[in-house]
Amino acid sequence: MKLGLQPSAHPEAQRGFKLGHNFSALWDRLGMIIILILLCIVMTIMAPNFLEAANMTNILKQVSVIAILAAGMTIVILTGGIDLSVGSIVALSGVVSVMASQAGVNPLLAMALGMGAGYIIGFINGFFTAKLGLPAFIVTLASMTYVRGLAYVTSGGYPVVLEDSTFRFIGSGAIFAIPTPIYFMVVIYIIMFYVLKYTMFGRHIYAIGGNEEAARLTGIKVKKTLVNVYSISGLLAGLGGVILAGRLYSGQPTAGNMYELDAIAAVILGGSKLTGGVGKIQGTIIGVLIMGVITNGLTLMDVSYYWQLVIKGGVILSAVIIDRLRS
Amino acid sequence: MLIKENVKTSVDSMRPILKMEGISKTFSGTTVLKNVDIELYPGEVHALMGENGAGKSTLMKILSGIHLPDQESGAITYKGERVMWKDPLIARKLGVGVIHQELNLSPNLSISENILMGTVFPRNKLGMVKWKQVHSRAQEVLTSMDSDLKAETLVSALSVAQQQIVEIARALSYKAEVLIMDEPTASLTDKEIDRLFTIINDLREQGVAIVYISHRMEEIFKVSDRYTVLRDGECIQSGPIMETNPDHLVSLMVGRDLKDLFQRGASQYVKTDMPYKPVIEVKNLSDSTFVKNLSFSIYPGEIVGFAGLIGAGRTELVRSIFGVSEIQQGEVLIEGDKVSIKSPIDAIKNGIALVPESRKEQGLFLDMSVKENILMADLQMFIKKGTINWRKLDREARDYIKNLNIRAASPDQAISGLSGGNQQKAVIARWLSTNPKVLLLDEPTRGVDIGAKTEIHKIISELADAGLAVLMISSELPEVLGVSDRIFVMHEGRITGELEKKEATQEKIMHYATGGH
Repeated sequence: MKLGLQPSAHPEAQRGFKLGHNFSALWDRLGMIIILILLCIVMTIMAPNFLEAANMTNILKQVSVIAILAAGMTIVILTGGIDLSVGSIVALSGVVSVMASQAGVNPLLAMALGMGAGYIIGFINGFFTAKLGLPAFIVTLASMTYVRGLAYVTSGGYPVVLEDSTFRFIGSGAIFAIPTPIYFMVVIYIIMFYVLKYTMFGRHIYAIGGNEEAARLTGIKVKKTLVNVYSISGLLAGLGGVILAGRLYSGQPTAGNMYELDAIAAVILGGSKLTGGVGKIQGTIIGVLIMGVITNGLTLMDVSYYWQLVIKGGVILSAVIIDRLRS
Repeated sequence: MLIKENVKTSVDSMRPILKMEGISKTFSGTTVLKNVDIELYPGEVHALMGENGAGKSTLMKILSGIHLPDQESGAITYKGERVMWKDPLIARKLGVGVIHQELNLSPNLSISENILMGTVFPRNKLGMVKWKQVHSRAQEVLTSMDSDLKAETLVSALSVAQQQIVEIARALSYKAEVLIMDEPTASLTDKEIDRLFTIINDLREQGVAIVYISHRMEEIFKVSDRYTVLRDGECIQSGPIMETNPDHLVSLMVGRDLKDLFQRGASQYVKTDMPYKPVIEVKNLSDSTFVKNLSFSIYPGEIVGFAGLIGAGRTELVRSIFGVSEIQQGEVLIEGDKVSIKSPIDAIKNGIALVPESRKEQGLFLDMSVKENILMADLQMFIKKGTINWRKLDREARDYIKNLNIRAASPDQAISGLSGGNQQKAVIARWLSTNPKVLLLDEPTRGVDIGAKTEIHKIISELADAGLAVLMISSELPEVLGVSDRIFVMHEGRITGELEKKEATQEKIMHYATGGH
């Protein structure tokens, strides 16, 4: 339907060329990257080995599992939800896939089983959240608990040793001197970038997070989209569990403890709003790296784990304060 | 009466109790108030009038201490002394109370706690609250208002009207001498409004100065003594209510005559196919709330206005047609075929579009760009092999922006940066992108400035001329009269009248809207 209204006599071009406006836009784009670079500079000065190539790959390898969880967490948070179950799914997926592998199942199929377990838990989360309208926080808090329980029940409470070399390769191998988990991480982020920017599913995620009621009235399949979002988060947590098991040479029911909190912190550091609708996957990877650099640098400096926790908490808080001050 | 004893009537009624002179207020570069003067006398009801965005709320927020006026601007004189309230608690202590439009009550606390909130509760030696005394104190206030509410009741158990009573009681409890009421009757029934007016009259006799903000002319003339009209942040005129009339007030508010609003002529739609059949027919439709047994049909090229008071069931009607709420009984026919609509998705598939009542809550994706807001309902048109073609989408959005004259710096600008009128045009554009046959508009120009209003009216008119069947809900009579070809009037969930454009007048509509037959 085309209309031929006369263009107005006063076209008001409201472009914000003020300095404050520009700074804000620049910060939107680069704020957390600047913080990441500053952190790297500080670490380079204080920890002599920090800048070496080996250490850089090491950081990437260390963050890979959290990064994969954070990718799923990003889309959940974009819809205005939260997923507390991913840490427990890491454990369940690891236990299930390693046990299957030890029972003689083809390693690829065993890994798929682990990821499938994650997908199912995610689907259940999505079902209760979207279809029944229960709060995501409570639903995933429940799954965080029962999934951890399932991991203990399945494994009998003990780590299950992983012997298959293909499976181990996923977590500990390297291609062209770059550890395999890094490839997974990079591929996942590229896919996620594409999904969020270039697919209907991705744009609907933003629309739902921005205004769920408007999304519904616009004819977006809100419930279906939400179920898919939680399922993907579960699936990615399952993948994280498989990679971690490959790295630890075992499926451990205690694995992934508190990973959900690191993932959430990374997403928020990356500029996403907990209320939904605002955030980018590029931001999340920066958030993940900030957390990784802090942990790595502090370890190189021989700071005890206890103090690392204190400092990490402080950094998260200050990053969010800076972010708030700007807006 | 308790209140009578409490309120000091000593102030000379010839001298204003409160005087604001030359008040200006600027928010981050935007001037909201310019040199506003207002005088309040004890024992008067002062109607403060103006369109949305005229600056009424800001002025009242300055008066009640929520905002500070600009540094170099005028002065507030209260009881002969110059004052500068830094926060609302100080203003309240000195006797300036506000009843906000949105209720500010804590639903999970009792009426007593809500009434006495902000005061120190009586306590025993151990520091424990003496609840009996708290409740009896609150009960006194309620009784003084002839209210039969029990002070111990939880606020969550009250109706909206009863909550309003509690708000008023709270203002009375701290002996307000200046009382600001912002749209107090918006959610009240006629009976409750009468009760409120009795209370207002009591207060007036006791010498309280009342600022009364309302859009309802009838009430203004019933209850107030003097008026002040604001427009674009400036004081336009003040005077005794006896010396004016509704048309005059409206023309002061909008700055032009009602006749300057858009007037649609006869429909320009060219009837090509014979026979001329309705696009949408609604038969005996009832929903789960109180919409009862509605039947009507709309023909191509026709704009049908739905008038009525707020709460007449018009929004519920379009929401059930659009599949948001459930249809209990009756049927909807599109181009003669019965359709089953269980969700907005079904409605869109059947060629129905709904521009919802509240733009921000139900229409806009505020964090997203103008172009995505426009084309969100039609994204699949830009998908090729699962990938969005952003360039094509951009081009299409530019077309809509141009055709509907949406003033945006670029299609990528965040929609939150646009004015209300332009945001509304974007929402309308979104629905045009779905190629509808029936366009449902729920208060299409609410909160939109007068210029944009006329533009939107023109758009709606042109859409009808292009063959669309349009249903337009509006609570503004000049809009209904100016734009519709035919008018239905609703009252309490039923259609009480149908008027052709020629015979429709404001009086006839109001007659039906208030339940007349």
